[in-house]
Amino acid sequence: MTPTATEPDQTAKSAREQATSDSIARPPSGFDVYADRLFRGLTLVFAALTVVLVLYLLAEVGGNAAPAIQQYGASFITSTTWDVNKGRFGVLPEIWGTLYSSVLALLLGGFFGVSIAIFLTQDFLPPKLEVIFKNIVELLAAIPSVVYGLWGIFVVIPAIRPVADWLHQYLGWIPFFSTTLSGPGMLPAALVLSIMVLPTISAISRDALASVPPRLKEAAFGMGATRWEAILRVILPTASTGIFGALMLGFGRALGETMALAMLVGNSNQLSISLFSPANTLAALLALNFPEADKRQEQVLMYAALLLLAITLVVNICGAAVVRRATAHLSGERK
Amino acid sequence: MRATHSTAAVDGINPPRLERSYREGRTFLSTLLSVVIGAATVIACVPLFSVLIMLIWRGGAKLSWQLFVELPPTAFEDGGGFGNAIVGTLVMVAIAALISVPFGILAALFLAEFGPDSKIAAAARFCAKTLTGLPSILAGVFAYAAVVLLTGTYSAPAGGVALALLMVPTVLLTAEEAMKMVPARMKEAAVGMGCTPSQVVWRIVLPTALPGILTGVMLAVARASGETAPLLFTALFSNYWLVQDGHLALMEPTASLAVLIFNFSGMPFENQIEMAWAAALVLVLLVLVINIAGQLLSRRRL
Repeated sequence: MTPTATEPDQTAKSAREQATSDSIARPPSGFDVYADRLFRGLTLVFAALTVVLVLYLLAEVGGNAAPAIQQYGASFITSTTWDVNKGRFGVLPEIWGTLYSSVLALLLGGFFGVSIAIFLTQDFLPPKLEVIFKNIVELLAAIPSVVYGLWGIFVVIPAIRPVADWLHQYLGWIPFFSTTLSGPGMLPAALVLSIMVLPTISAISRDALASVPPRLKEAAFGMGATRWEAILRVILPTASTGIFGALMLGFGRALGETMALAMLVGNSNQLSISLFSPANTLAALLALNFPEADKRQEQVLMYAALLLLAITLVVNICGAAVVRRATAHLSGERK
Repeated sequence: MRATHSTAAVDGINPPRLERSYREGRTFLSTLLSVVIGAATVIACVPLFSVLIMLIWRGGAKLSWQLFVELPPTAFEDGGGFGNAIVGTLVMVAIAALISVPFGILAALFLAEFGPDSKIAAAARFCAKTLTGLPSILAGVFAYAAVVLLTGTYSAPAGGVALALLMVPTVLLTAEEAMKMVPARMKEAAVGMGCTPSQVVWRIVLPTALPGILTGVMLAVARASGETAPLLFTALFSNYWLVQDGHLALMEPTASLAVLIFNFSGMPFENQIEMAWAAALVLVLLVLVINIAGQLLSRRRL
């Protein structure tokens, strides 16, 4: 069909219609454009909501804690009594218990976590076995913390009690062993906590170790270093920032862990350096006291929640920053 | 390196030995450390096997059909089950998923596709990463302040909100990663055909990234099903079914497997303790099945 000079408009129009109906490629219709704007706006709203959610969380917890903050101020952090009847509240033992249990868990979980990370990245095992061990460690992370608590009550406490009794009897002059283990206490709680932070630490350390450029290790071997000389003097120092970040994030996880501690730490408001004495942590305090709290106690517990929030946020943000810097540093070096 | 340096000094007198000898300190040390580290790895696997064996031994012994259809026993009662707790856990996780999955995916779309370099995206990414480290008990405190105080009652939706807060960052960050893996040339081809950015997302990005997104959702669901702390004072616990006398008691305290384990573990009654173990076995099986399903989904992507 040849277009006549009198109807150029009509031809162009029909060609456009044809393109719209038959061909796959076509310009978006007016409806498409509006739907697109609407949908993009919707996703923007939800992205912004993520930020709003965090701010709302801070405002909600802070707002509910405000009366208690005004009333107790800094003495809340430095006082050691928790007496509901007299209305005196202090969380120093809980802060101590939180930090003490987390440090113990970090020492133990850190040692095992980094060991596993080295064992699974430095060609000790055939790749298939490495994958199996990696999956086993990841399974540890999948088990709910309340199940660890149950296991701790009925397996860990009976298992360590004879050891604890022996240590107290013969080495009781060491402050760490100065009390007897009467059931729940700091040591079983810290042991179970270390199992719970281990997967976090080992997974992030493994990433850090795996991203060390192979040529560094090859150079060390070429100079006659043994496997462990290469690991200790070349690979670990190179990956140290990432491993440090892994430990920070593991520490953050330990600080906020609730159920295993609420079930194992003994819920006792005391300051003690002994590994066997019962203690308490901020998270366990919240878990055990919130369900029965009255209005006043609720505000006090909100204050404790705010403290826990502040501590974990600082540790986690620092940890994430360290990990990010470590990966940026290493990928920059590879170029 | 210092070690090489000192060997070189000795070389002047003796020719270097090339065989490994365990009498040499550094070879011995290297082997010793290898043994130590292998032992540490094996020891770290012991707790997992101990937990699994105890669950199968103590929980498996109690397992019966009765557990899934009956209500929890009172103090001195024998028998009973935790059917209402299983229903409660599933309902609350479903509520949490209904909130967090659309929330996470829509926010991830903005972060990955529509404004990856904008300031809002950077702020949202930072907030999501911060939320991943949020202690689960604080999600409970937040839901208590935001929902329980507002509605005046402990309820399943309050528990669902607390769990959703823990699920959002996982869903969001894994979905963003999955969307970034979609090849740019596929999206460019769609744009070339005249698609609007939203059409590109619906026809190309979402279908292609779906396995990755689902993996993230499954991981989040698995984690949420095992959480106890956020439910302690949002959903509380209940000895009754969610549906009572034909009407749905959604705005009342709701039972969950995790809280049942916590409550029963501290009781001095043998029946309740056995039931806690059986509930723990069911809960771990539930979590593991969801986890494994998620892993299989991600494997299919490759």
